[in-house]
Amino acid sequence: MDPQTEAELAERVAGLQDPVRIVGGGTRGIDGPETELSTRGLSGITLYEPGALTLVAKAGTPVAEIEAALDAEGQQLAFEPMDHRGVLGTRGEPTIGGVVAANISGPRRIHAGACRDFLLGVRFVDGRGQVIKNGGRVMKNVTGYDLVKLMAGSWGTLGVLTEVSLKVLPKPAAVASLSLAISDAATAVSAMSQALRSPYEVNGAAFDPTAQKALFRIEGFADSVAYRTDQLAETLRGFGTLVEEPDAVSTWAEIRDVRAFGQGGGDVWRLSVKPSDAPDIADKAGADQLLFDWGGGLVWLRVPAGTDLRQRLGTYSGHATLVRAERSTIDALGRFQPENAAIAALTQGLRAKFDPRGLFNPGLMR
Amino acid sequence: MEMPRPNPDVLAKKRNVMTRLQQVLPVDAVIDDPAETRAYECDALTAYRCPPMLAVLPASTQEVSDVLRICHEEGVPVVPRGSGTSLAGGALPTADCVILGIARMKDVLETDYDNRFIRVQTGRTNLSVTGAVEEEDFFYAPDPSSQLACAIAGNIAMNSGGAHCLKYGVTTNNLLGVTMVMMDGSVVEIGGAYLDSGGLDLLGVICGSEGQLGVVTEATLRILRKPEGARPVLMGFDDNEVAGQCVSDIIKSGILPVAIEFMDKLCIQTCENFAQAGYPDCEALLIVEVEGSEAEIDSQLAKIVEIAKRHNPVELRESQSPEESARIWLGRKSAFGAMGQLNDYMCLDGTIPVSALPAVLRRIGELSAEYGLPVGNVFHAGDGNMHPLILFDANKPGDLEKCEAFGAEILKLCVDEGGCLTGEHGVGIEKRDLMHHQYTPADLEAQMVVKDVFDPSWLLNPAKVFPLDVSERRRIAAE
Repeated sequence: MDPQTEAELAERVAGLQDPVRIVGGGTRGIDGPETELSTRGLSGITLYEPGALTLVAKAGTPVAEIEAALDAEGQQLAFEPMDHRGVLGTRGEPTIGGVVAANISGPRRIHAGACRDFLLGVRFVDGRGQVIKNGGRVMKNVTGYDLVKLMAGSWGTLGVLTEVSLKVLPKPAAVASLSLAISDAATAVSAMSQALRSPYEVNGAAFDPTAQKALFRIEGFADSVAYRTDQLAETLRGFGTLVEEPDAVSTWAEIRDVRAFGQGGGDVWRLSVKPSDAPDIADKAGADQLLFDWGGGLVWLRVPAGTDLRQRLGTYSGHATLVRAERSTIDALGRFQPENAAIAALTQGLRAKFDPRGLFNPGLMR
Repeated sequence: MEMPRPNPDVLAKKRNVMTRLQQVLPVDAVIDDPAETRAYECDALTAYRCPPMLAVLPASTQEVSDVLRICHEEGVPVVPRGSGTSLAGGALPTADCVILGIARMKDVLETDYDNRFIRVQTGRTNLSVTGAVEEEDFFYAPDPSSQLACAIAGNIAMNSGGAHCLKYGVTTNNLLGVTMVMMDGSVVEIGGAYLDSGGLDLLGVICGSEGQLGVVTEATLRILRKPEGARPVLMGFDDNEVAGQCVSDIIKSGILPVAIEFMDKLCIQTCENFAQAGYPDCEALLIVEVEGSEAEIDSQLAKIVEIAKRHNPVELRESQSPEESARIWLGRKSAFGAMGQLNDYMCLDGTIPVSALPAVLRRIGELSAEYGLPVGNVFHAGDGNMHPLILFDANKPGDLEKCEAFGAEILKLCVDEGGCLTGEHGVGIEKRDLMHHQYTPADLEAQMVVKDVFDPSWLLNPAKVFPLDVSERRRIAAE
């Protein structure tokens, strides 16, 4: 199904007899029912006001189209959404609806915020085929409940997004990527914490154990970047000499997209944890490959196919999401961290209200 | 302002409810003396008052849980209250309710600078959260004007903002986790000292739900390192429209100031008389603040000044000292108090797209003449969050009603221009009945089903947020 307007989409949903898999660009590796409900017919930027830092686009609009429009005005999506195609081996064109539905954010999340923090408004079709709007296109809005946040990261299970409005930000004039030679996670996380608790607005902090490097990113006007780079080098002197990397933009795109994991086999997991817990958790995981982002708060792990990582880790504070695996493994382990009974009752209650017939991506979030 | 009639069945069991509450709370934590419950009869929206049936002051999550369980079993409505600074009537009682005040829960539970968070009990005031982390040069970013008094519980309920959210975001962008007591007394933990849990973003929908989904007793908040320095520049213009254009040009230039504040002529004069900040006598004033090291501030302000000059400002003055900066901000932050010395006022909170600013200000001026009530405009220009202050005389018969009607017209105008009814104060009772103007019945239904899930008996703060006619079926069913 490929509806061309919101009204047509609503009509199709109202007439559905069987569950559907909701698809934007199809790049995020989501399994589900055979029947596809695609938003690719709903495409185009409907409003862009650079002076107000706001952009409104239909859900099926390619992310590349939005980024090009913003780039022409020296602006960007500050949450730098990850492109999953490399790590998942998927094809297609990522859409803005997919980014929002999955709340996809990149390295700048620690400083600028997540996709959900930049989402100002949504329009969506619920499981009854009703068109619902929430939020709007202004930066501050507390009028009624914030269903905007609820829709971000709901992976289509509450409704099919038809339009999103986003806050955008200026693109930095200069970028510096800086590295420290560090071989162990504990030292790296403590260096990253040191950097992130400095006043120098470090907006990327990652550790690649394979390359034995901790990486830091500083952005802004050129003179300010130069100044803060010097200050950060001084702050981190106890950890070694801070070296400027040659190609800052592509270095951070590789981290954002976890590109190094595209090569090796096995399953890919994504852990959201308290940064200082990350080294121990990574130790316990015994992964084939690791990448730490968000100052240690985000850990990417590549493990042998079928590994029950959650069981291996035992009890810890955080969430483990299975990003890449055979369908049988996903069916057995669940893509998302199992919820405790109280939270599960709330989320199931919400799903039953928004999608009473269980039509949208059933079982995906359980 | 219409409120639902008190439920006689609930009023009839006051004694019984009080006895049960006294069994789980210390003796001084259950208040029924009318002389004392009167202290809770209103919040900062003082035009509307109603003493509650009872007030309770629990001191722990367990006590909050006990109170809610008992009220749930007895079918008694509960109105949660932080510090009572809501400008929207979010904590206004009904005569048949129990006010649940969180003021005794003020402790800092954990500070962690390496992981950049603090965990507090939610009765703690906004400013004292920053106070708890200042020694390490950290701060808590959302800074509502009431930050000296307002509680984190209320900040979470209303998703409070402040002057500096252009850069740092509002409460929801700085909230990592909560401990929340549900109406049936059960306690849930949502989120924690990590970012972006999988699963539905319950934290996102709880923040800003105006105390209707649960009572948040503990919160994990993101704390940030203070910038090396900050400095404002003042700019005066002879025309609102030109000032608006200047704001848009600054934003488009790639600079992201930490705050851009706008004041119109009436506010400029009133605040100047109050704070002697050296504000110029002109139609529109902008305060633009940037952060960083001295050199970074100089360089950003130079860019901003260059842009401003293209708009022929009548005044352009960079702050020369910390004292001068403080005075410039004192003028702005005391705007509400200073206007209050002129007369009673109603403070609105509509948000508009920045591009609609000139048209909206022009129309507010016309309406002001039609209604014969003066309006001062002060607002966060970077994000379009307006604060028109309508002056009226509460002692003059008919003036309040006239002011309400005028205010409603302004808020509808904000919606019609692509904005919303409230940017940071919340709906409460004040804007409840205007929700029809912004949302369709289906939009409102989609919000109310969330409350059905969290509070199926509609006992938590029931007569707020949604128009009474829309929520009536659910509230009556609950009785």
